[in-house]
Amino acid sequence: MLLEVRDIQVYYGAIHAIKGVSFEVNEGEIVTLIGANGAGKTTTLDTIAGLLRSRGGDIVFHGESIAHKAPHLIVKDGLALVPEGRRVFTQMTVEENLEMGAFTRANATVEPGLEKVYELFPRLKERRRQVAGTLSGGEQQMLAMGRALMSAPKLMMLDEPSMGLAPILVEQVFEIIQSLHKAGTTILLVEQNAQMALSIADRAYVLENGKVSLSGTGRELAQSEQVQKAYLGG
Amino acid sequence: MSFLNFLISGISLGSIYAIIALGYTMVYGIAKMLNFAHGDVIMVGAYMCFFACTKFDLPPVVGVILAMIVCTVLGMTIEKLAYKPLRAATSLAVLITAIGVSYFLQNAALLLWGSSPVVFPNFFKSVSGETGFALFGGELRVSYVALVTIVVCVIIMAALSIFIGKTKMGKAMRACSEDKDAARLMGINVDATISMTFAIGSGLAAVAGVLLCSAYPTLVPTTGSMPGIKAFTAAVFGGIGSIPGALLGGLLLGVIEIMAKAYISTQMSDAAVFAVLIIVLLVKPSGLLGKQVREKV
Repeated sequence: MLLEVRDIQVYYGAIHAIKGVSFEVNEGEIVTLIGANGAGKTTTLDTIAGLLRSRGGDIVFHGESIAHKAPHLIVKDGLALVPEGRRVFTQMTVEENLEMGAFTRANATVEPGLEKVYELFPRLKERRRQVAGTLSGGEQQMLAMGRALMSAPKLMMLDEPSMGLAPILVEQVFEIIQSLHKAGTTILLVEQNAQMALSIADRAYVLENGKVSLSGTGRELAQSEQVQKAYLGG
Repeated sequence: MSFLNFLISGISLGSIYAIIALGYTMVYGIAKMLNFAHGDVIMVGAYMCFFACTKFDLPPVVGVILAMIVCTVLGMTIEKLAYKPLRAATSLAVLITAIGVSYFLQNAALLLWGSSPVVFPNFFKSVSGETGFALFGGELRVSYVALVTIVVCVIIMAALSIFIGKTKMGKAMRACSEDKDAARLMGINVDATISMTFAIGSGLAAVAGVLLCSAYPTLVPTTGSMPGIKAFTAAVFGGIGSIPGALLGGLLLGVIEIMAKAYISTQMSDAAVFAVLIIVLLVKPSGLLGKQVREKV
């Protein structure tokens, strides 16, 4: 097991946002968390990345508890998060953004890393000297993903990568996720676009009000009546 | 020629303001707080250099380096003890703490070194004891202190621009200043980066303290307070958070102050300085080179 989340409890002040979520991600899988707005998907990812703290349970990555580890050390362990809303450094150039992605790695890995990312996202290469704030939403998503790749993660978590993108770009983003997966990166994907997410996921969990309400393979959940009603417009 | 003389003193004073303003602006850019104790770090630096060179007869270079080391450590300690525990607190709480630290430093200095002024030695003399040189048949006098101050300011600005623009740590500082959580997700240690910002700002404050007291040699525990406020004004004037802004703001403030002293009146010079500040902020609230911050949703 690459990542095991065990009974985490997360609060925002007095609000109990995550009420005992448990799930796991095995090496080589694409796992997705789906659920409505406010179900706790982003909170769960932010807690795994170390930006928020759980008041109970444990988070084990690669056999080691990371529940109390500082976020910058978690990245070094090989766990990267592409945050909701992309969060690129808008005043820095595309290439500087990518360099920041490789912050935890040796300087010698930066050049080969850049080449790999530019191969995957030729658009970023064209705009490498441009300030990231001038990129379109789709390009910023590519940049956020490329930036996370620069840390050579074992597990990449993506928070709503399709948010605010035109349908054709959404397709493209999902293709890229699949190609990253083929290249050996394990993926934990949070999506509102449940249909797309379930179509590429090995396994999926449904979050509802801070709890896991359903789990199964991507195919099982896509066919489940409950999920179809609630999330697939069926 | 007297105009040129005033201009040179203005640029020299402005260079000192600019070096101090860097500390304000870098800390504001990254920690989003106003470190009002910054001015008093200058005073500590000046005292350190004073004692090293007069009491222990160390060469001036050693005195300056010693002052920089002490101030760097002091800045990092202040950050760790006073500001870091307030990372999640309201900005008002941090501001009041900073004012408290400022008074703490002034009073500690009063206790340790007394209230009577000491005369800071002038290090910048020629072998024959001259403190400056004359040009145009004696009409234009340039002091070595002024010359050194301007040169040091240029060197610091250039070095800092390269550091911020080109090095990995410098880029990490820019990343932190824009989005701390995103920086954390890159593997950047945000706490260490903030600490380093204080270290750099405080080390530069020591240099500013030595230069300031070389030009205006009366040193008392409150010496840093007025230049601190002026430099803060310079930082706001140029656009707080912007390094070129600190340079421009500092130089303009220095020149305006000296010109007002020369052509209006000595008593009115500070009023003139702040009047210009108010006018600039009315026209351009983010300062001369400040970026209009757009909150992106």
